[in-house]
Amino acid sequence: MKSQTNRLERESRINRRKPIRFWFDNRGYEGYPGDTLASALLANGIHLVGRSFKYHRPRGIYSAGPEEPNALVQLEENAYTEPNRRATEVELYEGLSASSQNCWPSRGFDLGAVSSWFSRLLPSGFYYKTFMWPASLWMTYEKYIRKAAGLGQSPTEPDPHFYDKTHAHCDVLVIGGGPAGIEAAMAAGRSGCRVILADEKSEFGGSLLSENMLVNGQPCHEWIESRIAELESMPDVALLPRTTVTGYYDYNFLVANERVGEHLGPRVSARSPKERLWKIRARQVVMATGAIERPLVFADNDRPGIMLAGAIRSYINRFSVLPGNRCVLLTNNDSAYHAALDISDEGGHVEIVDVRSSPSGALVESAQSRGIRIIPDSTITGVGYSRGRIRHVDVMTLSEDGTRVVGKKRKIDCNLVGVSGGWTPTVHLFSQSKGKLRYDDANHCFVADRPSRNNPVTLAGSCRGTWFLKECMEEGRKAGCDAAQAAGFDPDSRREPVKAGKVEYAPMRPLWILPCNHPIGRGKKKHFHELHNDATVGDIHLAAREGYESVEHLKRYTTTGMGTDQGKTSNLNALTAMAGIRGLPIPEVGVTTFRPPYTPLTLGSIVGHDRGELFIQKRKTPMHPWHDQAGAVYEDVGDWKRPRYFPLEGETMHDAVQRECLQVRQSGGLLDASTLGKIDLQGKDCRWLLNMLYTNAWDKLEVGRCRYGLMLNEHGMIFDDGVTTRLGENHYHMTTTTGGAARVMNWIEEWLQTEWPELEVFATSVTEQWAVASLNGPNSAELLKELTDIPLDEESFPFMSMKTGQVAGIPARVFRISFTGELSYEINVPARHGLALWEQLMELGRKYDICPYGTESMHVLRAEKGFIIAGQDTDGTVTPMDLGMDWIVSKKKQDFLGKRSFGRTDTSRPGRKQLVGLLTEDPEVVLPEGAHVVSKLKNGPPMDMLGHVSSSYMSPNAGRSIALALLKDGFNLKGQTFDVPLMNGSSQRVTVTDPVFPD
Amino acid sequence: MLLIECPWCGLRDQSEFTAHGEAHIARPDTPGELDEQEWGDYVFFRKNPKGLHYERWVHSHGCRRWFNAVRDTVTDHIHATYRPGDGQPDLSDEEPDQPS
Ligand SMILES: [Zn+2]
Repeated sequence: MKSQTNRLERESRINRRKPIRFWFDNRGYEGYPGDTLASALLANGIHLVGRSFKYHRPRGIYSAGPEEPNALVQLEENAYTEPNRRATEVELYEGLSASSQNCWPSRGFDLGAVSSWFSRLLPSGFYYKTFMWPASLWMTYEKYIRKAAGLGQSPTEPDPHFYDKTHAHCDVLVIGGGPAGIEAAMAAGRSGCRVILADEKSEFGGSLLSENMLVNGQPCHEWIESRIAELESMPDVALLPRTTVTGYYDYNFLVANERVGEHLGPRVSARSPKERLWKIRARQVVMATGAIERPLVFADNDRPGIMLAGAIRSYINRFSVLPGNRCVLLTNNDSAYHAALDISDEGGHVEIVDVRSSPSGALVESAQSRGIRIIPDSTITGVGYSRGRIRHVDVMTLSEDGTRVVGKKRKIDCNLVGVSGGWTPTVHLFSQSKGKLRYDDANHCFVADRPSRNNPVTLAGSCRGTWFLKECMEEGRKAGCDAAQAAGFDPDSRREPVKAGKVEYAPMRPLWILPCNHPIGRGKKKHFHELHNDATVGDIHLAAREGYESVEHLKRYTTTGMGTDQGKTSNLNALTAMAGIRGLPIPEVGVTTFRPPYTPLTLGSIVGHDRGELFIQKRKTPMHPWHDQAGAVYEDVGDWKRPRYFPLEGETMHDAVQRECLQVRQSGGLLDASTLGKIDLQGKDCRWLLNMLYTNAWDKLEVGRCRYGLMLNEHGMIFDDGVTTRLGENHYHMTTTTGGAARVMNWIEEWLQTEWPELEVFATSVTEQWAVASLNGPNSAELLKELTDIPLDEESFPFMSMKTGQVAGIPARVFRISFTGELSYEINVPARHGLALWEQLMELGRKYDICPYGTESMHVLRAEKGFIIAGQDTDGTVTPMDLGMDWIVSKKKQDFLGKRSFGRTDTSRPGRKQLVGLLTEDPEVVLPEGAHVVSKLKNGPPMDMLGHVSSSYMSPNAGRSIALALLKDGFNLKGQTFDVPLMNGSSQRVTVTDPVFPD
Repeated sequence: MLLIECPWCGLRDQSEFTAHGEAHIARPDTPGELDEQEWGDYVFFRKNPKGLHYERWVHSHGCRRWFNAVRDTVTDHIHATYRPGDGQPDLSDEEPDQPS
């Protein structure tokens, strides 16, 4: 096969010196650096690149940019594979390999009958209707539908690339590096402000890349090069090619995606990030985002070989590719005539079917003078297609109102069709910024009207409906000056002359949905207004008939604009079709809001480096290295890594926990409690504050004594608990749960700053300043005695008190408090000594048969004594009374946080859920936490639920399983038996007990 | 992503802050004397306006100070921020936002 048969001789942006080999559907082709995959395929005469989403119709390359609805390919293979890449945006690199999508059984084989079967199976609103079927049927259909419909394959292996993220601030962000954007960046840059110029393409120039005109007397490519060179020389101007601004959020916060090494292919880019996500805060934004050509919708307008007229110009002028040498252009406006002239210049045969009754003006005359045939007042009514290529079109005359065709059908042979329905300003980002759109009656499109107050943005060029180069450039310059000025700079707003050719355009005929020889939606031919999701004007008729008239309904019902292209070429034609059906002007039908991202982002780019080891921070205690060496198995508690258990050789978790629990009660165990929240409170008003924060009374707590407290919110519900110790006259040490440390700190700061600023209390988080070893069990005093100068006898160091002294030669605070019910010392030392303390305790612990134990055993040991864990046995709906802890609620205090809520009807009603113990009939069965206790067992749900199991363990000390549960009216149910249905269909009988389990 | 003026630190990114709902709800001096309705109003009921909302924020990843803000819930425009204890700002001269 002859290579690159459609490649032209003319100069363009490609580099012919170094041909590139690439692969499409396992066949080798040649292209050049500067090509996109689409231009390289077209150079090789390939139009058919895949099949459509729903009907599996053959589809070709439709555009030359990010608006591409058809040419979605699967790029590369295995770990490097990416689905849904637009061939019009993929830059060609050596060895590129891509394949077509949705091709079942193959790209070239026409499914014919299957397609029409699909057409009947998948009407508009299909998914919504499907979900109304019985769910079981959906399960049956789903796998066939998924096989047939869909968009590419996700990779199944981890992504070998890495991705980067960066933050940036600038005075002026210019989005779009076409003529208007370049001029804006230049004006702003010359004023000395910090400018970022971002453009989605591989090189700057925008629409000029597809042109062959003169700018200021220079060929446009030379003009671009000189402007970019000057911008590059400015130290505060950053140029970001290959960077798509995808999201526009409040206060000029924008997200952009830079394709750093992506264009080099999988193997070459291994040493640079594939993509980089920019988070940019800009004082001012200039949008010069250009416009996207609008299609015309005609019979079977989806066939390969049909593309936007402007895309043909891009392929000729930017890539030296003539996609077909016999072309028919279908248009309702003048811009297609530019394409006609370009095609004719390159020796292609071209004819123009113009829906206007008598096209005239300068461009029309130029075309006529070259002998280009113009067929006025007509449309294409049918398309001859075979073997991957369009072969001919049928043309008929339009009725006066443009709704029907009349007269005889004429057949024109061709291998390329270009369409133009005018241009749609790219206002997606403006709409995302909450700017308001307005329908421009003269240009027949939505344009920016009023920016939102939070997002200062100026538009310039064709994105605001300005079509002539000279005016676009002048607008860009003015926008750049205005933005620089608004950002506090003093730009030079003197006019620099702009010289660029200007042609007068004749008005367009506002007709986009073009008839054929049968009513739209009623015959064999399909009018696709939306190529990406295979939605037709027939579907819009159906939506209107079924009452889905509003734009938001229309969109969801027909899936218009819901594809990966977000309807860049289809939205306006859908609105036009609906307006026609309902007999309303277009602005009254409305417009849907554009959402980020403008073009799809890869998950890799969003995730960046935040994966694997870097996914989330890990907090480790000072004793962590010892735990690692001992083979601890960890549990995540908040960000902390806490040892869950310390298995010996060959032990399961169950074995280890049973052994640890027995050993703690028989001889002793050591727990790393460093993660407990610790807050240092100082100041003369601490006591008053503690009286408000906790339910019990703090007036009589003496220096050196500890007290347990429950913290409630104003609803009267428990949210944390812990022991607070009075260290001095006005000095306290508060502890919180591990997970609640930050919450309690915030809580204290909130009240101190907002409600009681007159209090003299200084609260400081000291969680990480202290390492804590909790020594438990009958041997703990004997062991500790060998290491400390603190007297440990009951009289001088009673339960619930604190002593300072030396432990293992380290200054320590030792608290005699217990979470296991055993004799216990919580030894606090400065964090840097934590490991040394732990090592000495464990070393000496051998003599006293002390084992390290983890959080799992801690849970079992406290549950055996009925001690709660806030956040496990409470869930934000539990009062102290619900736990049977009335004793901790002061009756004398006038006020504390949450007190008044105890008197609320709901909080004081009988029958609330209350904490009880549960014993299973079979002592070997450990109930799953979260299991429901039911009053009467039935064959299946629903059953009357009494409550749920909050904690459940195998207790070696009780010699059986134990559980805590919150049950309705639980205190009155003691001694009664109920059932707990289990996930495997069986159930377990349980008896309600006190929440304390005898050894 | 809002840009918020901390009354102590200046303009900072929203990610440094935490919102805490309606402002200017003083804790009653004597909760015990409140009836069910009055206490319920304090604990549960909030304004949820369409338009200007006086609300509490804390600069949680900055100076950790609490302050008040006036934000338009329709447009997300922040009209003012001020320290606790400062009175509500007079916004009568402010242009009303036009929702888009
Ligand atoms: Zn601050």
